[in-house]
Amino acid sequence: MATFRIKRFNPEKQAEPYYEEFQLEVPAGATLLDCMNLIKWTLDGSFSYRMSCRSAICGSCAVKANGHALLACQRQAEHIIDNDETITLEPLGNMKPVKDLVVDFTPFWDKINKVKPYLEPKEAPPEKERRQSQEEFLLIDDSSTCIMCGACYSDCNTLEVDDNFLGPAALAKAQRFVSDSRDSKTLERVKMLSEPGGIWDCTHCAECVERCPKPARPFDRIKEIMTVALDKGVHNNTGARHALSFFNSVKRSGNLNEGRIPVESMGFFNIPGLLSLLPVGIRMFLKGKIPPIIHHSIEEVDDVKRIFKELDQ
Amino acid sequence: MIQHDVVIVGAGLAGMRCALEASKELDVGLLTKVYPSRSHSGAAQGGIAAALGNSEPDSWEEHMYDTIKGGDFLNDQDAVEEYVKSAPRVIYELEHMGCIFSRTADGKIAQRSFGGHSKPRACFSADRTGHAILHALHEQLMKNEEKVKIYNEWYMHALIVDGDRCNGVVVSNIQTGEVEVMHAKAVVFATGGYGRIFKITSNAFASTADGVMAAFDVGIPMEDPEFVQFHPSGLYRQGILFSEAARGEGAYLLNGKGERFMETYAPSRMELAPRDIVARAEQSEMDAGRGVDGKDMIHLDLRHLGKERIMERLPQIRQLGIDFLGIDCITDCLPIQPTAHYSMGGIPTDKYSNVILDEEGTRMKGFFAAGECACVSVHGGNRLGTNSLLEAVVFGERAGKSVLEYAVGIDYGNVNEAQEKTRVLEKFEDVFQRDGSESYNDIRDEMKEIMMSHCGVFRDEERLKVCIETLNGLQERFKKGKVTDKGKLFNTEIYEILELGNMLSVAQLIATAALRRKESRGGHFRTDFPKRDDENFLHHSMVYGTPDGLVIKPKSVVITKHQPAERTY
Ligand SMILES: Cc1cc2nc3c(=O)[nH]c(=O)nc-3n(C[C@H](O)[C@H](O)[C@H](O)COP(=O)(O)OP(=O)(O)OC[C@H]3O[C@@H](n4cnc5c(N)ncnc54)[C@H](O)[C@@H]3O)c2cc1C
Repeated sequence: MATFRIKRFNPEKQAEPYYEEFQLEVPAGATLLDCMNLIKWTLDGSFSYRMSCRSAICGSCAVKANGHALLACQRQAEHIIDNDETITLEPLGNMKPVKDLVVDFTPFWDKINKVKPYLEPKEAPPEKERRQSQEEFLLIDDSSTCIMCGACYSDCNTLEVDDNFLGPAALAKAQRFVSDSRDSKTLERVKMLSEPGGIWDCTHCAECVERCPKPARPFDRIKEIMTVALDKGVHNNTGARHALSFFNSVKRSGNLNEGRIPVESMGFFNIPGLLSLLPVGIRMFLKGKIPPIIHHSIEEVDDVKRIFKELDQ
Repeated sequence: MIQHDVVIVGAGLAGMRCALEASKELDVGLLTKVYPSRSHSGAAQGGIAAALGNSEPDSWEEHMYDTIKGGDFLNDQDAVEEYVKSAPRVIYELEHMGCIFSRTADGKIAQRSFGGHSKPRACFSADRTGHAILHALHEQLMKNEEKVKIYNEWYMHALIVDGDRCNGVVVSNIQTGEVEVMHAKAVVFATGGYGRIFKITSNAFASTADGVMAAFDVGIPMEDPEFVQFHPSGLYRQGILFSEAARGEGAYLLNGKGERFMETYAPSRMELAPRDIVARAEQSEMDAGRGVDGKDMIHLDLRHLGKERIMERLPQIRQLGIDFLGIDCITDCLPIQPTAHYSMGGIPTDKYSNVILDEEGTRMKGFFAAGECACVSVHGGNRLGTNSLLEAVVFGERAGKSVLEYAVGIDYGNVNEAQEKTRVLEKFEDVFQRDGSESYNDIRDEMKEIMMSHCGVFRDEERLKVCIETLNGLQERFKKGKVTDKGKLFNTEIYEILELGNMLSVAQLIATAALRRKESRGGHFRTDFPKRDDENFLHHSMVYGTPDGLVIKPKSVVITKHQPAERTY
């Protein structure tokens, strides 16, 4: 017998959500979605959530189980039951709950829309198919596996503090076109994606990779866009400069010159930007967190330089 | 009242392809009960057929013959001809839109073998072909958002007709529960299949016959409902699909004794015989006690393909086995059984996707249907794998073109908004007022059980009669079901009840037509009439609802190039 502790919410009835517990004998081989259906169909018909294909391809049934987003149809219930014989179910995060486990996907889709998620071909199409090598196909194969379930969006740490961030799913979708050999707008795309809210606002926590139920792995895709952006010379933004400064600092001295990075990130001639850093700097100084003014190289700096050389950088 | 030149119900491949076409000149409303990218087309794994000849020389003539032979000669050959001829063009167009495909060494669209096709003709995107096309079409709609308004999570309840003309649909917004009338010059249904009536099925929860029954309710017959396809490789007990692509790549089917039993049933094609034949072979093995461990289970063996090929060509299938069963097909066999998969029957249309009212082909004005919910019929008694994604795209586009021809320049018909709304509000009220002595869950389970055991892979008169009797009883009990959620907000329970109502009705149509067809053809197999009988049954079934119950009339099959011949593999 397992306990399903479910976050219930129905604004037609009460303003605040609450937790309700259901006891269920989990049948052998049952998925989490099978259990949710048993609860709905035999215990409480008003329990609401989305579902459709049952085979991890339509992306409807993403929910939070024991604090983490996953696809309910894809997981054996017995694998998620915790030590107290309990599964806690909650709606996805970073989106507004509508009822029980149903959330409002509008902002999610709005952001997908923002990345211009469609091919902008180079020239008029030939009579037959455009040629694309299997290698070129493989560059967009992973991102194309995204099922728009919202699991990454739910658990994204950046989105929790910054609504403006496009989020992992939209960025993975963007990579699908940035790296498509048939697309003509690579430069425009990476410029747009380098703006605030884009790739450089990702905090690299890789939570999205953990949560992604498919091989789409958004953070890996974000890194690919970063690489293309830098290759294309799209440096003129805080994020790219930050990354390059980081890179150059390690290359020069084997560690980070924390005094220099914020300044390089902002740009030496970006006076308002630099002034905006001052209060942070002052607070850091007052708390004794200012890095040494004279930056020292680490002892093994020659090894670091050798690594960079090996990497052909 | 909401108004659009054309309202399309369903946003799978057929509905979205239609929207792209119709929106060239018309204002389009596209309605779907799940988000477009969650439509069941996305579950299609194996491929989409076209005689591109990218890996071996191929021709539309061969594609045509394979399709007709696969369909056991019940296909309308004029429609098949146009359909296979359009195939290469529509696939190139998908590629031009940005759809991704696996590639050959020289960069062309890769193609592989599929059951019943004599050439490697299935264009694919790894094992997620439907998903790739569905997303590509959705992308195009996002690009054209000012021309196509998408109503996500809206449910179509009923058609609005005035004589022989269709003027719109009555719908509700699932999020808010509000009922609305959608006034339109033309309506297109692309609502997909109805496999959910069977216990073991590969279909999504959304595949519930809403479209077919809404048409039937306004007096449109249903064509060929008795033809349901059982797919040979459904995951044991769950029914979800291991694509035929697995066999296309060379997987074996083994019985409980470890034998490749297809040797006995289709020695020349073996595992790649058409689905109806393979599914029956499996069922025969299981019925004879030769299932794995004596259960209703067969083994799908991929081990000899090797890790590399499995990882490259069938990664998602492998993952499904790991997630749902904890079995890795690189090292172990996958347990499978036949699963209800595809509905050959549906709303009768001509080859222009226009819905027809009778066996003479009289058109209903302003009403079109495409995709799995329609019966053109290009598949006849049995659909070949990879032919239905193609159908959805070809006839989705065709429906769009027909809508343009019909609706540009005409006026809206008359609609009595209040009356139409009341009709549907009463449906809701009726459900809320029931006495609650029965469980909808029990009714649904019993329907699925009886359809599987009595109207499934093998049928006979006795079983079908019991099936119809049982369904009658379930209909009565349905009127007394218990509903818990009487709210308006995202009430999934009420929609499941409405869907169950549609499923019970379509199940009746299927069983009744199956009882009447005293022969075996394609997906319909009668153990009491195991032979095909062209003399008496080389015709489509048109099932009408009349005050005296269901009436079935024959509709002739269009035969142009290929006279019926014996179907052996
Ligand atoms: C697991 C699986 C694998 C398959 N693999 C292949 C394959 O490899 N190759 C192949 O050719 N075919 C395959 N098929 C078959 C093929 O996928 C389908 O026949 C085809 O995709 C149907 O497309 P459609 O557009 O007609 O309907 P669907 O994609 O099912 O779309 C139906 C649409 O109608 C909407 N809808 C339904 N009812 C309502 C309502 N009441 N109100 C509002 N909206 C409604 C739904 O929301 C949905 O958007 C497969 C099928 C399955 C189940």
